[in-house]
Amino acid sequence: MSTSNLTRRGLIKNSAIAGAGFAAPTIFTASSAAAYTNEPTGGSVTLGFNVPQSGPYADEGADELRAYELAVEHLNGGGDGGMMNTFSSKELTGNGILGKKVEFVTGDTQTKSDAARASAKSMIEKDGAVMITGGSSSGVAIAVQGLCQEAGVIFMAGLTHSNDTTGKDKKANGFRHFFNGYMSAAALAPVLQSLYGSDRNAYHLTADYTWGWTQEESIAAATEAMGWNTVNKVRTPLASTDFSSYIAPVLNSGADVLVLNHYGGNMVNSLTNAVQFGLRDKIVNGKNFEIVVPLYSRLMAKGAGANVKGIHGSTNWHWSLQDEGSKAFVKSFGTKYGFPPSQAAHTVYCQTMLYADAAQRAGTFNPCGIVEALEGYEFDGLGNGKTLYRADDHQCFKDVLVVRGKENPTSEFDLLEVVEVTPTSQVIYEADHPMFAGGALGACNPGA
Amino acid sequence: MDQILLQILNGLDKGSAYALIALGLTLIFGTLGVVNFAHGALFMIGAFCAVTLQRILNISTVTIDPTKTDFLGNPATIKTPVVETWFGPEMGASIIDWSVPLAILFAIPIMAAVGFIMERGLIKHFYKRPHADQILVTFGLAIVLQEVIKAFYGANPIPTPAPEAFRGSFDFGTYLGYEANAIIYPYWRMVYFAFSAVIIAAVFAFLQFTTFGMVVRAGMADRETVGLLGINIDKRFTIMFAIAACVAGLAGVMYAPINSPNYHMGMDFLVLSFVVVVVGGMGSLPGAVLAGFMLGILEAFASMNQVKAIFPGIDQIIIYLVAIIIILTRPRGLMGRRGVMEE
Repeated sequence: MSTSNLTRRGLIKNSAIAGAGFAAPTIFTASSAAAYTNEPTGGSVTLGFNVPQSGPYADEGADELRAYELAVEHLNGGGDGGMMNTFSSKELTGNGILGKKVEFVTGDTQTKSDAARASAKSMIEKDGAVMITGGSSSGVAIAVQGLCQEAGVIFMAGLTHSNDTTGKDKKANGFRHFFNGYMSAAALAPVLQSLYGSDRNAYHLTADYTWGWTQEESIAAATEAMGWNTVNKVRTPLASTDFSSYIAPVLNSGADVLVLNHYGGNMVNSLTNAVQFGLRDKIVNGKNFEIVVPLYSRLMAKGAGANVKGIHGSTNWHWSLQDEGSKAFVKSFGTKYGFPPSQAAHTVYCQTMLYADAAQRAGTFNPCGIVEALEGYEFDGLGNGKTLYRADDHQCFKDVLVVRGKENPTSEFDLLEVVEVTPTSQVIYEADHPMFAGGALGACNPGA
Repeated sequence: MDQILLQILNGLDKGSAYALIALGLTLIFGTLGVVNFAHGALFMIGAFCAVTLQRILNISTVTIDPTKTDFLGNPATIKTPVVETWFGPEMGASIIDWSVPLAILFAIPIMAAVGFIMERGLIKHFYKRPHADQILVTFGLAIVLQEVIKAFYGANPIPTPAPEAFRGSFDFGTYLGYEANAIIYPYWRMVYFAFSAVIIAAVFAFLQFTTFGMVVRAGMADRETVGLLGINIDKRFTIMFAIAACVAGLAGVMYAPINSPNYHMGMDFLVLSFVVVVVGGMGSLPGAVLAGFMLGILEAFASMNQVKAIFPGIDQIIIYLVAIIIILTRPRGLMGRRGVMEE
């Protein structure tokens, strides 16, 4: 009869030691072998596309996703190569990134900061995404950018226009190709001055969140600098659907210009309400009453229908541009999907290409290598002319388009016409400009 | 003074929408005892009836114009609406222009059918369940309905303009002795207010002056006794549900030109409409209408710059603030009856 010395206490003790023995090498190897978060070890690399797939910006998110899929196809050597053929850098050859096949996972931001952070976190931790990109809101972009900085992955921002994204909330691991509120204002102001003169009284209606505040600050400063008087700045709740009670007092205020610092559904509703109230047919102070929409989105302008006709604003990119990069992208996207891409699709496609190219040039997916490759990088051929990724704040500087709602559209996509291409020199600002002050880029974080 | 008049006018159309939705909610609650959180979705479906009719009227024959090119450089296509081919270009264009008012006729059978299917297919199974269950199931239904609409129509708002004759605005100021542009008000919003007044009057007249309405009112007061008298009250209540769905749907149809419809618009109105019902008094039809207009006007006043200068952010909370005050001082709401939701 054999006897056993195994006791309950002994079993627990031995199990703990054995468990630690098995676990320790795994933890050790994970941290020692990987130089950075989610270093790809197999034959593929995973990118995380974090876009609004539900909620009010789902259509923009769907367009972003189409562009991402197109970019992945091109990077892996499929399709006609799109803007890879016109991109000034020739590092990308259709052989994936650094010889690794590009794969992707998607997340749903729902245009909510907490949901966007949760989906980004899941893509980083569970799917091993080495880069996160996308989004259609500044609140979301700032939240996800902060998360990526902590996690040690690169964030290539999608559609975010608040000054804060590359201003007080900038991060070393975050990069923005899209333009911002300051650049919109700097491009628009001279056009508004030549169209409407220097003696104008502007009334601002502003969406009450980070983007609205910086957009209002930027456009008010730019128009005041050219002699306009700001009559009033009224903040409207983001959840507003009917703006009649905000618009009704405008005519009585002595204002002869209404600036709508609204985006998305807010913009569609406030513009529709303003036109319903007949503002554009009125003469105030002896001048035609005018409406300005500083940030235009073609997808959203569609919701306002004929109300956008003749109304000026700015946009990051438009499919009607005739440079080689834009033509190649429109052809590639249009052939695959049957309609022209939006500015959201364009910016995320560019961001994917720029990330891939930076990894290729750096010879690594290490975020610090990517940051080094992108900082101060000058490129061309991606649809906006010569562009600089400034090292100081990771903001792209390029030409800005001033557009106008088209009077006689020839198709359902033909809603905006480009009035002026404002050169980079007119929209660039010092990195320590007061509107962007308050934050620090910090150091790149490779994680792991 | 002109500012006050202006905001009263502004409150009227907002109040009209609140009143119409709250009226339907109260009808359903009063007759069936169901707290219907899918009522906002019915408003949204109504608006999408207008969008759908607009799309149907714009169904076109496509011809290729070799002289023009599309964005990819291929020959452009020219679309000619079928109604223009059938009725001639002018008449056809007028029919398309009047698609929103025409959608009233289109929406009535659709909304009645949606209401009937909703009540017979789902809600009748929850009559005897607690209100919490009813809220959960109808809220779930609302989410399903809005996701279905999103799947077919996308997430972006869809422009649904009013007829050309009703675009633009009316200058009340010049008629009342104020300066030009002091009190302007869009024509379509005046139409909306008048339309909602007619619907509200029709619902009250129907309940007050018809035998059917009398039975329904009796059923609202004492369902059991009416049943004991041999009247099939369930059948009548199903019809009332369909009527309430039509009221919400028509409110949505006519609202489409005011704000371009999107899949989420029902939810935007739902919570506010419940507040309206509670403030008006659960189960009270005149209360719902009164509270709808009162809260609409108060909301308009709260967004005045002069008011916001004294109480920043008041425009976002005014409705809830008023609701709290009224519930504290009159727990049954403005015109609530004893015994409703108090068992």
